Amino acid sequence: MLPFSFEWVWDMGHVVFHGGLWYALSVIGLGMTYCIIKTVLDLKKGDAGHHH
Amino acid sequence: MDSALIPKGVKRCPTWQFLLWIGIVGAVLLWGVYAMLLCWIKGLNQTNMNDYYGFALWIWADLAVIALGGGAFFTGFLRYVVGKDELKNIINYAVLIGFICYSSALLILAIDVGQPLRSWYIFWHANVHSMLTEVAFCLSCYFGVLCIEYIPLVLENRQLDRVPFFHRLGHNMHEIMAIFAATGAFLSFFHQGSLGGVAGVMFGRPFAFREHLLVWPYTFFLFTWSAAACGPCFTLLITHITEAITGKRLVKDNVKDLLGKISGWMLGTYIIAKIIDTWYWAAVTAPSKGFTLMEFYSDNAFYGIWILVTEIVICGVLPAVILMIGPLRRNRPLFLSAIILACIGVCLNRWVMVLQIMAAPVMPFDNWALYLPSWQEVATTILPVAYGIILIMISYRYMPVFPQEQELNPVVE
Amino acid sequence: MKEGHNQIQTSKFGMVIDLDKCTGCGACMVACMSENNVPFREDESDKLLSITWMRVYQISNGKPYPDNEICYLPRPCMHCEGHAGHSPCVSVCPATATDYDSASGIVSQIYTRCFGCRYCMGACPYHARYFNWWDPVWPKGMEQYLSPNVSPRMRGIVEKCSFCFHRYQLARDKAYYEGRRTIKEEEYQSACTQACPAGAITFGDLLNPGHKVHQMVLPDLNHHGRPRNPHAFRLLERLGTNPKVYYLSGREWVRRAGDNYVQGEKQAEHH
Repeated sequence: MLPFSFEWVWDMGHVVFHGGLWYALSVIGLGMTYCIIKTVLDLKKGDAGHHH
Repeated sequence: MDSALIPKGVKRCPTWQFLLWIGIVGAVLLWGVYAMLLCWIKGLNQTNMNDYYGFALWIWADLAVIALGGGAFFTGFLRYVVGKDELKNIINYAVLIGFICYSSALLILAIDVGQPLRSWYIFWHANVHSMLTEVAFCLSCYFGVLCIEYIPLVLENRQLDRVPFFHRLGHNMHEIMAIFAATGAFLSFFHQGSLGGVAGVMFGRPFAFREHLLVWPYTFFLFTWSAAACGPCFTLLITHITEAITGKRLVKDNVKDLLGKISGWMLGTYIIAKIIDTWYWAAVTAPSKGFTLMEFYSDNAFYGIWILVTEIVICGVLPAVILMIGPLRRNRPLFLSAIILACIGVCLNRWVMVLQIMAAPVMPFDNWALYLPSWQEVATTILPVAYGIILIMISYRYMPVFPQEQELNPVVE
Repeated sequence: MKEGHNQIQTSKFGMVIDLDKCTGCGACMVACMSENNVPFREDESDKLLSITWMRVYQISNGKPYPDNEICYLPRPCMHCEGHAGHSPCVSVCPATATDYDSASGIVSQIYTRCFGCRYCMGACPYHARYFNWWDPVWPKGMEQYLSPNVSPRMRGIVEKCSFCFHRYQLARDKAYYEGRRTIKEEEYQSACTQACPAGAITFGDLLNPGHKVHQMVLPDLNHHGRPRNPHAFRLLERLGTNPKVYYLSGREWVRRAGDNYVQGEKQAEHH
């Protein structure tokens, strides 16, 4: 999973596979981080959003 | 008793009735949990698997629930990426069903491996050339996406929604849901396909092996395609069952009709591809390894040619035709039959691509091996069904799963 | 696999089994089990659950008496090379728990790495891979007889014939100690080879023209090691598994029983 495991090689298979994996993980992770940070900032601004 | 938790403007059954049913289904769940513990404590000798059937009922159940749970990714893809806005009225339920299916698949896998405590090796020591590695990674990541898609619904519960942080968080997650849905679709295209690839790459098994396009055997594309076609059918089927049990209309007909129509066209195109694949395999691939089609289907009645005919014609062509043609689709009994047949068809396909591969001998002096699951295998396979029913009951009772429920069922005070 | 990409091929250990000599006595199976600490159960009658790294099959020409003929076919792991080390089982293992060693041609199984998904068992057409459905239990006192060179396996993982890899390691250690870079043919022999009373099994380096196995089958290295000896064949040659176990027989029906053919098809077509 990381280049520290002994069977890791920098070949095309690893680059494509782990490239796709880490891309997806980053999108998910960054997306959730954005949501949480934005929520905290919104609340600090006093916008609880109870008005639709 | 729990009225403060129930969404406003909808009616739910009395608490005692709810708890009674939770108790009944919970008893089945506990039976499954007992079998699961037996498998974990005593080992896989509790099953009827053997050295010929290394993959059996559990792997089939995994493949089947993942295919049926495909409704979540494909409906999400249609709603957020393609922009079919009507589907917002069924997407919550599609996500919930997907969440149940995928968590069930992960649970079954955790029982199925011989050394569950070593399961993390599949991530840490990943062999990127193995289809199963791709399945494990995409499955886990996509389950994360499903959690993200399901959380906002949970946060819409009346009491949780009163907490400003949760309210705001749910709102913010909705705002960028398209990004999550697109990522989920990306991951799903791959793991649904890789599950097909699991069989298609086995070049030692002529029943399973298929020709490749780049690194992917044709089963890769067929599995993704069939999951996208039949997953929404399962969502529709569970919606119909829920409507029958609750005695209410929960989703408007135009929404069901749209999803059914798209499924129909997906199923129709899939089944053409499946027929071409079967023909090429029977005429070229298998004979090149020394096998004729009928050798795979004529040893015993259980794996007779009926299984291929049922999968392709009765559970493939027939429902596709019904769902593609408007007047047929709008006939309620026909519509219901079509979505049931489509679900059976995809399950049958997964059965064949797991069990029949194991059953058919390869060495000329070897014999067919048949298998009956043990009660522990059956109980652990029913376990996720019970868990799913309970989660649906709780979600339906306490969360606004169906946006159109209030409009379709005005409460007279 | 990692080493496979940048190491030069040094050996390719393989086996030749003369089916016309095999009497089906099963000495190879017994020797294998005791050499490799293979676990067994009190009731071994269900062959779909018992572990036999080396298994002797009985095959028949299917004709009625008096034309009926039978033949015994010992089946170890074939140590398939596939195409460039892409053997059926190695390529599918998700946790890199089985490996094709291009220095020896041996398909290894890393017991402490395997987590028991059994994908390799499904992928192997020879049924050479076995799952430990139970923890091994040895009859009282028998632990004393276990080989110290082979680790016993625990429940929940897959095991298979290793071509007695520990003997290869011992032979290499000895050679290294004596200042040699190569091992001699007789220094590395599998337990089944040595146990066969009929001398039906021959073991050695298929790449070394001085070794008996090479001389017996004359592998065509430009065509995935196909035998040039017309009496030699490999099991399920047509699947492209590229095994390193060869069989010899002077009887045509035996050679034909080693693979699948569509009715009316001649064997010669793929040779």
